[in-house]
Amino acid sequence: MTTVLERSPGSEAPPPSSSPLTTDARGRRRKATDVTMRVLVTAAFLVALIPLISLLYEVISRGVRMLSWEFLSTDMQGVFGDMTSGGILHALLGTVQITALATLISAPIGLLAAIYLVEYGKGRLARVLTFFVDVMTGIPSIVAGLFAVALFALLVGPDYRSGLMGAIALSVLMIPVVVRSCEEMLKLVPNELREAAYALGVPKWLTIVKVVLRTSLAGIVTSIVLAIARVIGETAPLLLTVGIVTQVNTNMLDGRVATLPVFAYSQYSQDALGVGADRAWGAAFVLIVLIMLLNLVARFISRRFSIAER
Amino acid sequence: MFGTVLAALLALVVAVPLSVAIALFIAHYAPKRFAGPVAYVVDLLAAIPSVVYGLWGFFWLVPRVGPAMDWVSAKLGWIPLFANYSPPAKNISSAALVLAVMILPIITAVSREVFLQTPRLHIEASLALGATKWEVAQQAILPFGRSGVVSASMLGLGRALGETMAVLMILAPFAKGSEIYSWQLLASAQHQTIAANIAQQIREASGISVSVLIASGLALFAITLVVNMLARWIVSRRAAFSGAN
Repeated sequence: MTTVLERSPGSEAPPPSSSPLTTDARGRRRKATDVTMRVLVTAAFLVALIPLISLLYEVISRGVRMLSWEFLSTDMQGVFGDMTSGGILHALLGTVQITALATLISAPIGLLAAIYLVEYGKGRLARVLTFFVDVMTGIPSIVAGLFAVALFALLVGPDYRSGLMGAIALSVLMIPVVVRSCEEMLKLVPNELREAAYALGVPKWLTIVKVVLRTSLAGIVTSIVLAIARVIGETAPLLLTVGIVTQVNTNMLDGRVATLPVFAYSQYSQDALGVGADRAWGAAFVLIVLIMLLNLVARFISRRFSIAER
Repeated sequence: MFGTVLAALLALVVAVPLSVAIALFIAHYAPKRFAGPVAYVVDLLAAIPSVVYGLWGFFWLVPRVGPAMDWVSAKLGWIPLFANYSPPAKNISSAALVLAVMILPIITAVSREVFLQTPRLHIEASLALGATKWEVAQQAILPFGRSGVVSASMLGLGRALGETMAVLMILAPFAKGSEIYSWQLLASAQHQTIAANIAQQIREASGISVSVLIASGLALFAITLVVNMLARWIVSRRAAFSGAN
């Protein structure tokens, strides 16, 4: 783009208009339009910065105030009314558990599906699958929650609630994301590598395991980490499936589990003008820190990888 | 149902021009050194969880847009669209504004990609005719990217249709007995969206009402599926076309 810019004034093109009398006025109007649009486009960008900056400012300023060892290391058991004690330990643990379980479910399925699509899938079936994976990345998160609710209502019973349910709901959201990004990563592996392996008489599955996966390992890990960052903040499906409790629940197969986003929401909805709001901001802050950390980890891995490649 | 579509469309009306402008800025106006970080910042908006948007909307946005809506309602209240404002501004317009912020990154990202794909020759041809920067955008970049922008908007629409938490936390829900189709954008307790309705009611629901909520979820799923499929179809048609070049 910059090269185009530099060339255009040097070319000294004659005015394009065929009627020299009006060229001056028209040129001025065109220049004015140009400047106006430039200002508008830049202004649009600045307008978009307002929500981002104010949001980050609010979360950080209100969240840091709440942050203390007590907030991170206690749960909400026995906390009621206007008591300012209590913390997010149970929600933090619950978020980590459920996200880990969801990753455990969706990473293998997503990766294998991506391998199928890139290495094996041919023709109509693969095309249809790719299309639906694309479409599934856009389904509303609450529908995923409803799916888990309906599934477990059929399998176990209508009153069953557990961390596993939440993990299933998150997996529905996570698998398409993992498939999509792993597919991109596998496509980056040069065909020459595969052909070289075939030329040495290596069977296809071994080529995939030893050559393709090994080459794209860092990319795959990066995309899984990014997928985790994407679902860790999901609220609606967890609100439907795992709800909220006041203490730590380490049993993923039975009972409700507290999670950070649902904790923030329930505190907000109980007491939006008092201590609940403070706790909600605190939980939001911790959640955003987690997401940023995951993003940083992903960047770090992909950077390490690109250096190792050379 | 009506509230779902209305909120999503309002969000789209706000978000599309803004994000097309931002995409243009990133792709063709901003200095190269500046464009990378800027794109990263916009992507950052996409990484923020919806519950945080809800908190932000309630504590930051609602108090700030309230006076503006009060003013609009007082001056333009004779248009039914703007009548009956009552504070706090927990109405569908505020919800739509938050939704607009949430779908901004996705529309911007897709539009930016398409704008960057504009063939260099088209731009240079336009410049060689003496076009100003805006005329280049008008003649070369926007026509080339039109289908991309359309499908990006549809992706954004799908997002906005299904968004739960921000709406749940901001919108004062539909009060019983009010009109089902209310065009009063600034009146509160007139609208509700499918997703927020499900999240709100399922904890107290049992038996047949659970089935009702799941059925409404199915309707929501069908709508978003159709919107997303349309969007992807447009994208894939385009991709085949540009691959042939």
